Formats: sequence, structure tokens, C-alpha cells
Amino acid sequence: MKSCKQASFLMSKKLDTPLSFIESISLKIHLAMCKSCAECDSQLLSIHTLCQKRHIDTSIKDTDTTQ
Amino acid sequence: MQSTPASYTADFEALRPKLLAFTLLQVPDKGHAEDLVQETMLAAIEGLTRYSGTAQFDTWVYSILRHKLIDYIRKQKRGRQLFISDEDTSGLDGMFNAKEHWNADAIPSHWHNPEDLHMRSHFWEIFDLCLLHLPSNTARVFALRELMELETEEICDCLGISEQNCWTILHRARLKLRGCLEKGWFLKESNA
Repeated sequence: MKSCKQASFLMSKKLDTPLSFIESISLKIHLAMCKSCAECDSQLLSIHTLCQKRHIDTSIKDTDTTQ
Repeated sequence: MQSTPASYTADFEALRPKLLAFTLLQVPDKGHAEDLVQETMLAAIEGLTRYSGTAQFDTWVYSILRHKLIDYIRKQKRGRQLFISDEDTSGLDGMFNAKEHWNADAIPSHWHNPEDLHMRSHFWEIFDLCLLHLPSNTARVFALRELMELETEEICDCLGISEQNCWTILHRARLKLRGCLEKGWFLKESNA
């Protein structure tokens, strides 16, 4: 079975690109068995979504038409 | 609503060092980085009439800088310097033991309510400190991916690195940032 280090690589990679079927399955199996990695997985996702929200209401809106 | 450029002068001055630090991640030449920050501030002043006030002022200015940096990085592509990967290829060794399982002091703790954190400016101060604490190229790739939201394919193209290399750098960046945020924010919050 995959190590925590390898599993954490896949947790990170899936935020950047879809995992292959094998990668996805082996990550899921690892996460189901390893509480620490499951925690890490949700935290990396939190960081990812927080970064997106940092800009969510900051994109320069095309409001030129009002003036 | 009657905000004048003058009323934002203090805000701009407070922001300048942060904007410069963020720019230096992508533009190592300090003179050039300062020019970009200057251009960003001028663009922000010109755009003040369009600033609705709904977004936080500093994040609005960041979004202008972000557009300028992305432009800069895309233009640089042809004349890019060789991207030198950071020296710390073993940067995660402290987190995992010989069997590549979590070391006791690196096991992720539970984070309470991370969802609403983007509203808290103090969180972002810690976040930026953690980011700038990463080795420069690691921070650079992370910022391109997560703060400027470029796809890894484009990052690789701009920096001249392989996707595998890019994923490896992002993996390292995310785990280190995770650990730093936990120490700097989440553990303190849960003790508060």
C-alpha cells in the first residue's frame, strides 16, 4: 500500500490535474485507512479553496458602463 | 463614495511593502519589481472611481497586480532564464519517517472551521509570512498556481519545467504551508 508521503503527493496532484483511475483508487483506499492523511487531504483542499476565495470578490468587474 | 486618491494614500503606503514582496516572488529584479508595483498603484488610483468598495481595498489592489504579473510572466516566457529548482529536494524529510509515514510532530491536527477564514485579514498575514518563508522557487510556483490560478501546464511552459517537477514542487509547498499555518494559526486559535 502507498505510504503517507506518496498519498500526500496524490492529494496535492489532484488539486492540479485529474488523477488516473489507479491513482484515484489507491488514494481513496489509503485515506479510508489513515486518519492523519484524511485530515491532511481536507486541509490541502481548504487551503486551495481559501486561496480561490481570496480573489473571489476582487476580480476587476466590468462596471465601466455605469459612468 | 466620494473617496479621493488622497484618502487612500495611507492605504497605499501600508500596502506597498506587501505588494513588493509578492512581486519579488515572480520578478527577481528589484528595480523591475518596483516599477510593476508603481504601475499597479497608478492603475489603482486611476481606477478608484470604479472601485465599488464591496471588496477589501487591499485585495482589490492585489487583483490589479495579479493581472500585471501574469502579463509579465507570459511575456517573459521567450527570454526566460533557466528555472533553477530549489536546493531542498529533501524538504519533506522532517515530516515523514523512514517508512514514509507521518512523524509524530508532523501529524496533521484537526482544524476548526477553516471555511470562513478568507474574511479574516489576520489569517492572510500569517499565510503570507508562511508563503514567504518557503524557498523562493517553491513559493513562486505555489503563488502562480494557487494565488494567480494558472494551470500547471502554463506554469511549466512559462518556467520551462516538466509537469512532474511542477507537481513535486507544489506538493512540497502545500505540505510546508500546511504545517506552517497549523503552527501559526490553527493551534493558536484552538487554544484561544
